[in-house]
Amino acid sequence: MKTSKTLYKTFSIIIWSILTFITLFPIYWMILVSTRTPVELYGKPNLSPTFFEKIYWKNYTKPFIDGVFGDYLLNSIIIATSNALIVTILAVMATYALSRFKIAGAETIFFWTMTNRMAPPAAFMLPLFLLFTKVFKFGDSTLFDTKIGLILLYCVFNLPFAIWLLKGIIDGIPKELDEAMIVDGANLFTVFRKLIIPLAAPGIAVTSLLSFLFAWNEYLLATTLSSVYSRTIPTGLSEFVTTTGTEWGTMAAVAVVSMLPALIFLALVQKYIVSGLTFGAVKA
Amino acid sequence: MPLGKIKDMQFISLGYNYRELMFDEYFIGSIWRSIKFSIVTLFFELSIGFILALSLLSSFPLKAFFRSVHTLPLVIAPIVVGAIFKLFLVNGLGPVPYLAKEFFDFKFNYMSSENFAFWVLVIMDVWHWTPFVTLTLLAGLSALPEDPYESAKIDGANNFQIFIHITIPMLIPVLVVVVFIRLMDSLKIVDEVWMLTGGGPGYGTRFTGIHIWKEVFEKRSYGYSSAMSILYLYITIVICWFLYSVMVSRGKVDED
Repeated sequence: MKTSKTLYKTFSIIIWSILTFITLFPIYWMILVSTRTPVELYGKPNLSPTFFEKIYWKNYTKPFIDGVFGDYLLNSIIIATSNALIVTILAVMATYALSRFKIAGAETIFFWTMTNRMAPPAAFMLPLFLLFTKVFKFGDSTLFDTKIGLILLYCVFNLPFAIWLLKGIIDGIPKELDEAMIVDGANLFTVFRKLIIPLAAPGIAVTSLLSFLFAWNEYLLATTLSSVYSRTIPTGLSEFVTTTGTEWGTMAAVAVVSMLPALIFLALVQKYIVSGLTFGAVKA
Repeated sequence: MPLGKIKDMQFISLGYNYRELMFDEYFIGSIWRSIKFSIVTLFFELSIGFILALSLLSSFPLKAFFRSVHTLPLVIAPIVVGAIFKLFLVNGLGPVPYLAKEFFDFKFNYMSSENFAFWVLVIMDVWHWTPFVTLTLLAGLSALPEDPYESAKIDGANNFQIFIHITIPMLIPVLVVVVFIRLMDSLKIVDEVWMLTGGGPGYGTRFTGIHIWKEVFEKRSYGYSSAMSILYLYITIVICWFLYSVMVSRGKVDED
């Protein structure tokens, strides 16, 4: 019995080490590429790490300081942050209402709000493009190629998902607590502010960070609905699709920078991510 | 029809675009390709993810570290994943073609045949999304109650029976969520594919999303692409709704 347990442990460690290697190696290679000169990248791949003094910083300065990628980065930050803020505020309120009050059709409302998540973005691209360029006209200006347009659009996609995530969490807060507070003379808004928000805080944090990530990572709609002023980092990265030869380092550098918020996100919510990921399917 | 001003649009009979769709072998082909891709990736992700989730239930050294690393691909943007794999696999730069040449004398070029490109994309998708399946199933598994296991053991059930008759039925709500989300996402895959293969070689990796995109922005056939979008949206909703009802109703029967 004891030997089989040790065997199992060794086996797990070996399997997971291989997995870790498979996960990290492509990322490691990308970081390596971003630190090398075009000449160093030519020929036999060199897998040893680059020394700090030898890092070829031009890969980073060329797109972000000399080029337009600095603007793209700023756009991405503005769009993703405002989107996360708006989505979180609206979603918490909506979920509270859905969870505490009887609303006709509340059982199927989830499937139908989720349909915009399951639809291929390609199905939205064309109608949205037409709406943004031809229909929503305010004088001479349209929503096309503006940051506010993208922010509003991402809210449409993120809200159902955020509500779905929060539903399980807010349903888990016992109704008796609400009632006790109301008996003590609190109004609904006080209950919401003093009870629901503090108790659902971890869930709200995960939700807002996931909304941020969605807006940060989204590519297809951003590239369709922007041309110059509201381009985000992923649309910039796609400009390297036809890249060959000398641009590999720059492409890797842009990819590394657009991966950074993901890493920060991971470090922040590592603790909550497992429990947040069941989407209300498990009522613990 | 290229699009002019809204007021210049004309109503053509409802059937026109849709009838043409039914005989458009490229469009129908792209739908089958997307469905095949979703089913293949779902199969690999579910089976690998399930095994990994089960192994994470027991404790072994460095478990927390392994799990954190495993979470990493989950948060990387699809288009960045495409870039990572391109840098990794492209000829003349990536280590994979070099090693394949050196050790197996194999000319690695993922754009050399349609099948090869398809399976490279499957590997990329499995790399990217298995962690999601693992973590979600892990959350589900660790929330299961203990009592049924104890009674089953007292009744003399072996591990395999416990797994089939207790773990799986109790896990169905979580499985529904996982299958649902993964299916939705892989049916609409565009970014990674666009970055890595651009839909080529030939029509080998032209999934429906990419097909519609190319129709819109390269051929500028707006009316026809709208019809495609509507039809594809409809197909996706039907597949998901069907799966959703089947799995939810089965879960309810098992509970009774």
